[in-house]
Amino acid sequence: MGRTLDDHTPRTLAQKVWDDHVVRRTEGEPDLLYIDLHLIHEVTSPQAFDGLRLAGRPVRRTDLTIATEDHNVPTVDIDQPIADPVSRTQVDTLRRNCAEFGVRLHSMGDASQGIVHVIGPQLGLTQPGVTVVCGDSHTSTHGAFGALAFGIGTSEVEHVLATQTLPLVRPKTMAITVEGPLPLGVTAKDLVLAIIARIGTGGGQGYIIEYRGEAVRQLSMEGRMTVCNMSIEAGARAGMIAPDETTFAYLKGRPSAPSDADWDEAVAYWRTLQTDDDAVFDKEVVIDAAELAPFVTWGTNPGQGVPLSANVPFPTDFAEPSDRTAAERALVYMDLTAGTPMTDIAVDTVFIGSCTNGRIEDLRVVADVWRDRKVADNVRVLVVPGSVMVRLQAEAEGLDKIFTAAGAEWRQAGCSMCLGMNPDTLSPGERSASTSNRNFEGRQGPGGRTHLVSPGVAAATAVTGKLTAPSTLS
Amino acid sequence: MDAFTTHTGRAVPLRRSNVDTDQIIPASYLKRVTRSGFEDGLFAAWRSDPDFVLNQPQYAGVSILLAGPDFGTGSSREHAVWALQNYGFRTVISPRFADIFRGNALKGGLLPVQLDEAIVEALMAAVEADPSLEVTVDLDLKEVRAGDVVTPFEIDDYTRWRLMEGLDDIGLTLRHADEVTEFESRRPSWKPRTLVG
Ligand code: SF4
Repeated sequence: MGRTLDDHTPRTLAQKVWDDHVVRRTEGEPDLLYIDLHLIHEVTSPQAFDGLRLAGRPVRRTDLTIATEDHNVPTVDIDQPIADPVSRTQVDTLRRNCAEFGVRLHSMGDASQGIVHVIGPQLGLTQPGVTVVCGDSHTSTHGAFGALAFGIGTSEVEHVLATQTLPLVRPKTMAITVEGPLPLGVTAKDLVLAIIARIGTGGGQGYIIEYRGEAVRQLSMEGRMTVCNMSIEAGARAGMIAPDETTFAYLKGRPSAPSDADWDEAVAYWRTLQTDDDAVFDKEVVIDAAELAPFVTWGTNPGQGVPLSANVPFPTDFAEPSDRTAAERALVYMDLTAGTPMTDIAVDTVFIGSCTNGRIEDLRVVADVWRDRKVADNVRVLVVPGSVMVRLQAEAEGLDKIFTAAGAEWRQAGCSMCLGMNPDTLSPGERSASTSNRNFEGRQGPGGRTHLVSPGVAAATAVTGKLTAPSTLS
Repeated sequence: MDAFTTHTGRAVPLRRSNVDTDQIIPASYLKRVTRSGFEDGLFAAWRSDPDFVLNQPQYAGVSILLAGPDFGTGSSREHAVWALQNYGFRTVISPRFADIFRGNALKGGLLPVQLDEAIVEALMAAVEADPSLEVTVDLDLKEVRAGDVVTPFEIDDYTRWRLMEGLDDIGLTLRHADEVTEFESRRPSWKPRTLVG
């Protein structure tokens, strides 16, 4: 094990979870870490299963593995075969692999299908203190429960399938403490966009981030997932939040959560998953919540963001030469003029969904903005639930009626326009306000231009056709 | 995995920072279920511009990529590594790599070499002045050599050994299968299960 019983060195949350999963530690080698939960989807797994087949290896722990179809799936006509033959091959390959190796799969149309980072938590599989991996960088989402969760590449997927472990060097730890409560109208998405703008897209590289402080404690589980989800956008492979009553209340009664005596035992352990008072982080960042406001991006990486009330920056605002060049390129790609008020920027499309903001709470925020309002005539608006369960819950609450009455399209669950592997894409030159997590060049379709926003801002923008804070709607 | 000891080839300067994996290979190229054939997708959006550096004839047949800081950010897609390898790259030199990209590259035997920004800049300038310049990345001596420039780089001994031997990580881990089984016997029974019964 990672430490001896009489070793009482104070530890951070990340160190505790790490230590509890070390199978083998040898000087000069990476730690061999046990993986409690392995999530699979169709894009990053085919070559991994192929590797197993070639080597004649089984999946070591099918009972710790679960698969879903999300990246490629269409969000309309899901009872029809997938029209794009290449997407269909990928989904069919996943189905064949899961059948052959005995892996549980939630296929299109299944009540538990959805984006991999939405279904883990909603099934109660994501729990405090577990290690979670997936061939997807937004696996950091699951850290909201106090899990150690990170994205891996396909070779590592194969490694976990074969051995249920990964050889890893322990990252450093960083505390991001958000002091004071979030001001009214400021959401988890605004908070994380502001954090990324502050520390930069490389600021978290080599670290596991722990989010702390009053503003973080006050977030719902959905809000915490939004924050942890975008840790990778700051370069950190994992982001974590210590579990508390909010976490336990969310988990209780979920299909895969412990029950009865197991529940009590689990909660007793989960309560120990707090950073010790005198533990030392390798880096600390403190943010005053009072300074936060609705936040949006103007450029082509998630660190290029400003408050919605601000203007498009000038490249000369940046001290670093590489930031300045990046800003110049971004302004050209985004077709923006420095000095333009962000609220003057008109969009063609609004996308509400993704593993960042495709949960029920996000959809409720949108419905609240749209009650008795219509989306602007010239704006295409897609609402894509993160999972079938989110979709059904929204329909049970009548939210779908509000969406369609406002003039938005209510779709089936999947990643959709977050990355445009399915038919939901931007055309060249089209501009979107999107609740997803990446505004990279071409991310939502070749030549498409993306502004990352919160669900509230997305909903208000849909109404006016320009980037808008909900608080300013008449 | 092919072993990596030393590689000599010509290099191409990609003067961009924050080259994310969506730029290295856009999502629409990720649909293959094999590990090969991804070279068409490499920098697909940028390569549609005839002036893009990889389209310039003097850089045909390069095998070393010189890039700005924060190379490989974003999506965990290992296809980014395969696309670079399928195109013919053996190593990428940058002042800073994203963690997941670096891990993926090391698994596949594409060597990520981290050097100071000033040295990367000097290498880019040298290659731009003479595109036929041969650059050597020597994993054995842990140094990069190009013309008069000789510069050491850091890599931990374990990773270096694994790359030089061309060892398969899974095979290495399976040597410790007993320890994994022993660890499993100590896991609490209430830990989550995806299959019941
Ligand atoms: S919603 Fe977007 S970011 Fe999330 S898993 Fe899907 S493609 Fe990745």
